[in-house]
Amino acid sequence: MSVLETTREVMRRDQVWPFLQDNETQVDISHQVLLYVEGLNLSFDGFKALNDLNLYINDGELRCLIGANGAGKTTLMDVITGKTQCDSGTVYFGQSINLLNKDEAEIAQLGIGRKFQKPTVFEAHTVMDNLELSLKSNKRVLPTLFASLTGEEYDRIDEVLETIGLKGERMLLAGSLSHGQKQWLEIGMLLMANPRLLLVDEPVAGMTIQEGERTAELLTSLAGERTVVVVEHDMEFVRSIARTVTVLHQGSVLAEGSMDDIQNNQDVIEVYLGEAP
Amino acid sequence: MSNAMNKIMGRYTGWARINGESKVAPFVVLLLAVTVLASACNLLLPAGSMFYVSTYTITLLGKYLCYAMLALAVDVIWGYCGILSLGHGAFFALGGYAMGMYLMRQIGDRGVYGNPELPDFMVFLNWNELPWFWQGMDQFWLAMLMVLLVPGVLAFVFGWLAFRSRVTGVYLSIMTQALTYALLLAFFRNEMGFGGNNGLTDFKDILGFDLQADSTRVSLFIITALLLCGLLILSKKIMQTRFGKVIVAVRDGESRARFIGYRTEHYKVWLFVYSAMIAGIAGALYVPQVGIINPGEFSPVNSIEIVIWVAVGGRGTLIGAIIGAILVNYAKTKFTAIMPDGWLFALGAMFVLVTLYLPKGLMGLLSQLQGDKQPTAPVDTPLANDNREQKSEGQA
Ligand SMILES: Nc1ncnc2c1ncn2[C@@H]1O[C@H](COP(=O)(O)OP(=O)(O)OP(=O)(O)O)[C@@H](O)[C@H]1O
Ligand SMILES: [Mg+2]
Repeated sequence: MSVLETTREVMRRDQVWPFLQDNETQVDISHQVLLYVEGLNLSFDGFKALNDLNLYINDGELRCLIGANGAGKTTLMDVITGKTQCDSGTVYFGQSINLLNKDEAEIAQLGIGRKFQKPTVFEAHTVMDNLELSLKSNKRVLPTLFASLTGEEYDRIDEVLETIGLKGERMLLAGSLSHGQKQWLEIGMLLMANPRLLLVDEPVAGMTIQEGERTAELLTSLAGERTVVVVEHDMEFVRSIARTVTVLHQGSVLAEGSMDDIQNNQDVIEVYLGEAP
Repeated sequence: MSNAMNKIMGRYTGWARINGESKVAPFVVLLLAVTVLASACNLLLPAGSMFYVSTYTITLLGKYLCYAMLALAVDVIWGYCGILSLGHGAFFALGGYAMGMYLMRQIGDRGVYGNPELPDFMVFLNWNELPWFWQGMDQFWLAMLMVLLVPGVLAFVFGWLAFRSRVTGVYLSIMTQALTYALLLAFFRNEMGFGGNNGLTDFKDILGFDLQADSTRVSLFIITALLLCGLLILSKKIMQTRFGKVIVAVRDGESRARFIGYRTEHYKVWLFVYSAMIAGIAGALYVPQVGIINPGEFSPVNSIEIVIWVAVGGRGTLIGAIIGAILVNYAKTKFTAIMPDGWLFALGAMFVLVTLYLPKGLMGLLSQLQGDKQPTAPVDTPLANDNREQKSEGQA
């Protein structure tokens, strides 16, 4: 190739340079299943936190995970999002993406967003900055150094602020928000990245009843377009949003089905619902 | 009512934070004004005049500004990213040694042994030729490159290993102490080729200018002030970019930042390299002004002292680090003149007092006095919130 041709190739305006491209792999959901978790085992110093756990989440589904304290719900999310390495088992995102050999940042960039049990927002930043940081953008060091908000991104932030109901608080420091508002901001941060799969750990803990209702609305409205997995202890809340409920017990799945099925399931009544009638 | 009040207060303070960040400009103007004034009073006034500033004072001020730059380097990494480095003295010393090697080569045949090629200490050790790493160090540009490169590369390698293995907190601080201690021991050895425990000294001139001349002293002082201001502005700008916001995000919630998709270890490594280079520049400016560099600069205690300067001034504010370094070192000069042995105790006491009563340092105190506005970069937001809530309740 001549120098001229090379230059033309490099300067082509109909495509971005490879290093600027989103290295997003398409998620293959040809079997309607978005997340496969199979035969997951994990022990902490001999204690089996996850015990041959199998879980399949369909695309667009809203799934609730319940289970007593220490059942392994948070640990399961840790494994899916790359925070903790499991001892054995497989986790696939779609048909072809193996999540177990990826780190947190890669998994996040694939479109898996996670809300922690304890709300974590960047307290020293404004609500606006929190959302800006969560934008779906090139997250490498140099592009971030020279990044500035485009009009489109600005609109996206506005949209999410609207969704999470924090429009009036955009210039507040996140640290000054109420507990419930922090939870929403964290959900908003996940939404900024347009995730395929949302893993939400105890979203209504510490919320007032009204706040809880709004959160339920928010999560149900997200399902369909996105896939949402919610961990929650509050049975009222679970009843109000859930279509399918999975019960975890001592690191494996005890039962799965609609809320009514679950409530009538003999095993579940014994180990879980039975404790707190 | 109280809720609405809270919102208004909150919104107001939210803006105040953004406005507060522009305080760099007046500070830079003040710093440069003092620099020009002191220089003019040295060069233009006769020695007998009441306003004459002695060359000794100029050099002392220049030294303080070098320390201020070093404190700036530590604040960038500690105040904004929460990485408590107790080894920045090492980067400072390495920058200093690079400059010292250049100055050594400039002595030429004016040394005691009159060897045009070899520095005195090498002749004394019966060495016949320059070691490879001394080659080319008579070139100013190469020496300056090394001032940046040596601390930068060391910080890169160290940071890469430490941050990639996710070493944080106290363990990281201990590792940085070990790093500077290891270098201290290495540089004490004569075979290393850096003059052993005597270090490098007896410098004559820099770029052909006599180091003892008033005009050279004043020039070095002015250059230090200019570079300090430049680096202060640059650092502030960097912290205002999205990169800077990620850095603060890493400080306040590293795993959250990871789960949003940032490779936090890369961010930390590059910030560490940037910070180490600033420390290297500070060291390079320090050596021609004080006239010596020896392994003592690697002493672990030095690195701890820097952290105290930053804490006194207020971490996470940049300006605070500079003010802290200047004030503490001024106090040190005065104190050691009266009670040479008591300084470390005074320093320790100061650190304890600041930690207990001024968690945000002098800058925090300052912004409290200025009508209780939000300090520039809130390090302890929970505390700030408590204040705000109490206050808005009081008003509601
Ligand atoms: N890093 C760890 N080291 C040792 N044990 C751990 C670790 N993380 C979790 N565990 C244990 O694994 C078990 C499962 O914990 P997990 O946090 O997943 O429970 P959970 O279902 O989320 O409970 P909760 O409803 O209280 O949030 C617990 O008994 C916990 O003590
Ligand atoms: Mg949990």
